[in-house]
Amino acid sequence: MPDGGIGAPTKRREDTRFLTGRGKYTDDFTPQNTSYCAFARSQVANGKINSVDMSAAAEMPGVLATFTGEDFVEVGGNPAGWAIVSRDGEPMKEPKRPVLAHGKVRHVGDAYAAVVAETLEQALDAVEAIEADIEELDAVIDMASAVAGSGSLVHDEIETNTCFDWGWIEDNRAATDEAIKAAPHVTTLELVNNRLVPNALEPRASIGEYDPGTGDYKLTTTSQNPHLSRLLIAAFVLGIPENKLTVLAPDVGGGFGSKIYHYSEEALVLAAAKKLGRPVKWTATRTESFLADAHGRDHVTKIELATEKDGTFIAFRTETMANVGAYLSNFATVTPTFLHGTLMAGNYTVPNVYVNVKAVFTNTAPVDAYRGAGRPEATYSLERVIDKCARELGMDPVEIRRKNFIKKDQYPYASAAGLEYDSGDYDALMDGLEKTADLAGFEARRAESAKNGKLRGLGINAYIEACGIAPSNLVGILGARVGLYDAATVRVNPTGNISVMVGAHSHGQGHETAFPQIVADMLGVDALSVDIVHGDTSKIPFGMGTYGSRSLAVCGSAVFRATEKIIVKATAIAAHMLEDKPENIEFNDGVFSIKGTNKNVGFGDVALKAYIPHDYPIEELEPGLEETAFYDPANFTYPSGAYASEVEVDPETGKVTICSMVALDDFGVVVNPMIVTGQVQGGLAQGIGQALLENSVYDKNGQLLSGSLMDYAMPRADDLPNLVVDHSHATRCTHNPIGSKGCGEAGAIGSPPTIVNAVVDALVRGGHDVDHIDMPVSPSRVWAAMNK
Amino acid sequence: MPKITMNINGRETSTEVENRTLLSTALRENLYLTGTHIGCDTSQCGACVVHVNGKAVKSCSVFAAELDGATVDTIEGQANADGSLNVIQQAFQDHHGLQCGFCTPGMVMSAAELLKVNPKPSEAEIRDYLEGNICRCTGYQGIVNAIMAASGQDVPSIAAE
Repeated sequence: MPDGGIGAPTKRREDTRFLTGRGKYTDDFTPQNTSYCAFARSQVANGKINSVDMSAAAEMPGVLATFTGEDFVEVGGNPAGWAIVSRDGEPMKEPKRPVLAHGKVRHVGDAYAAVVAETLEQALDAVEAIEADIEELDAVIDMASAVAGSGSLVHDEIETNTCFDWGWIEDNRAATDEAIKAAPHVTTLELVNNRLVPNALEPRASIGEYDPGTGDYKLTTTSQNPHLSRLLIAAFVLGIPENKLTVLAPDVGGGFGSKIYHYSEEALVLAAAKKLGRPVKWTATRTESFLADAHGRDHVTKIELATEKDGTFIAFRTETMANVGAYLSNFATVTPTFLHGTLMAGNYTVPNVYVNVKAVFTNTAPVDAYRGAGRPEATYSLERVIDKCARELGMDPVEIRRKNFIKKDQYPYASAAGLEYDSGDYDALMDGLEKTADLAGFEARRAESAKNGKLRGLGINAYIEACGIAPSNLVGILGARVGLYDAATVRVNPTGNISVMVGAHSHGQGHETAFPQIVADMLGVDALSVDIVHGDTSKIPFGMGTYGSRSLAVCGSAVFRATEKIIVKATAIAAHMLEDKPENIEFNDGVFSIKGTNKNVGFGDVALKAYIPHDYPIEELEPGLEETAFYDPANFTYPSGAYASEVEVDPETGKVTICSMVALDDFGVVVNPMIVTGQVQGGLAQGIGQALLENSVYDKNGQLLSGSLMDYAMPRADDLPNLVVDHSHATRCTHNPIGSKGCGEAGAIGSPPTIVNAVVDALVRGGHDVDHIDMPVSPSRVWAAMNK
Repeated sequence: MPKITMNINGRETSTEVENRTLLSTALRENLYLTGTHIGCDTSQCGACVVHVNGKAVKSCSVFAAELDGATVDTIEGQANADGSLNVIQQAFQDHHGLQCGFCTPGMVMSAAELLKVNPKPSEAEIRDYLEGNICRCTGYQGIVNAIMAASGQDVPSIAAE
């Protein structure tokens, strides 16, 4: 293996531009003659649009064009990417999501008009001049009342606020009910998985361009997923031919799910650019991000765990209401269903699992996948109810988990929730956790905290997630409207360096450094001679982008397969050069040799020959050295982990301080351990943020109370402890060629129950009768729990 | 519109701004110094931190028109004269103190100010000082490690897996 291959903690090459201010994010581009777009957004959560008079706005200085919902009545809507079927066989309800609201506005921040002007300030001034007559209606905010159907409807035409009522696995329902009825012990827990705002630090932005000379459109946009945006705009929203639309996602300042989706602003700037024949730019303010980005989580759940008296699990039964907001964002329907329900067996040999999810329309911003997407909700429910059960049975939380873990000799393991786990070793992770987190030393630390008047608690839990999204044939059966393969083209240039065009997009994950490590490892070349091209649909093969911890497991596997093809072709060229047969050639460390001889030729010479084929047997050998692979995974991957945290609670104030956070993860083969550590630490910060700080709150009228960074508590440096991360307890993924499982979401999935388990533990040890506190576990909630 | 002249990254630079134009906007839109980022509209995120007359300032919190004659340093002027990364920038790379890079310019500029006033900060002092800079990617661990390293203090090597 050359330096910088698979397993090397190579420093990131992309850092140089980011550290010197030379990153190029969407808002950093201002094409010649750019005009600026601003949106008029609803100030009420539910309103009937009686009229939108743009005449005064159109007369404002610098205004070039105005748009309302009327202008987009004839074009399509932004579709849902996954069709869910209800328990009764009915398809889910799918109201149209128009480019601009028409007839009704459905959440605060719902855009109903737009202005394009010479300058941003002129566009903003003109928006103020719009005369809109919007009649406020009663808002549907609370999910329980939305489902009860006594009040307003978010979408009149579908005559219900329930999008679907889904059962997983419906055939297991009766058996699960029976098992719970007959069980010697049942633990029940009702909990809220709090609503979050992803808050990537770069606000969304889009620039539309249109060339009247060629009819070509270009969209530069903050996307995790440029080909998906192009497909949706072309096939569903504007009908622009795909071959006439280039989507560029340049440097993107974080996504966390919120930039997977196509948003209306992208369609608007393209339509406006066509109308004006000049570039049209829109950049969200942070306020717009809060109001109009897809939010995350927002589940209300009741979970039951049935056990034998000795703690052996018999059944998990879950009832969840999942908020989808006012419109279906692209993956809003799969997040609370197949990314949640299928994980409800956790790491355990439980025979019965049943999950019921009702998805609910409300007059709030759309809710979709946010880091973890369904799997944090599953893990939180499971690992909280298991902790409660352990306490009820008088068992140690480590012991009850170990008793029910799937054992390492049981793989492949068919879980009761319908997945086949390929590999793992949960006991090894727990062994490692006991050592790394020094669980045995907790009691002494607790006594020390008690001396200082603090209540110390220990939280531990396991998690499993399904990543490497996803096998197209399986997800097709389950309702996906897209395939979930990825693609890579490896182009060996004549001088021997290599360009790799990939479908995945890097917006913090370090693909530009990690993907070349794979190619370098396989070809025996210097990783710095390999460059990654991503985020430009005119250059890259059709890929499905970055989310669901899929980039390495799926797109990395495509890179691997394409590189394998390169080796096959290069071997044939080398055989020609060495005047022997390909089967007699071996390839090691960048050198092709005739087996058993010292006759050889280097990779660089083969590359040159590929493009200067003066003496080729042209019937047998094609010039060039470029290969593409589309990789469709055979299964999901199953990262897993064991986490521990110790907290101190100040009994005077209820304030929780995290003393330690230890994360042990099994990601399979790790390509760049430095980057993987960073991914876990970032995930942990978001999980801790959810557990302690973050909450997106609407009042009963649908006003977003937490609509700025002054009201929504983002984790800051002094809110977090040192984050101890260890991914050395690895079991290889058995079905992809790299053996990697994916690491991007783990920290956010595993850590919320760790923190809440620790806080409850602290209070119980402190003599308080508390079995649950909803997230965020704020001082006021902790104080209330202690003083009820 | 008022015409202002500032010394930006060591060079006298003039531009015309409206009275309402923020320094962050003037740097980005008038002077094409797009390394200074705008991540919020409430002066909370810190992505726009620059140095004005040698002090760290959120450039979204001052009007450009107020700064005629001021010295302004931005992320674009931080590298060594030969173009290599300065000590703080290099430490951020060495300790994986950045991921998407959007908060990074503000982080580097804040770190520079911190190390000027407190050359050997403790971990707690670093975390406290960074209260005004939000990073959504790193969990701050790599950033804290980088600043410790840049100040010549030992940090556990995060690459020692």
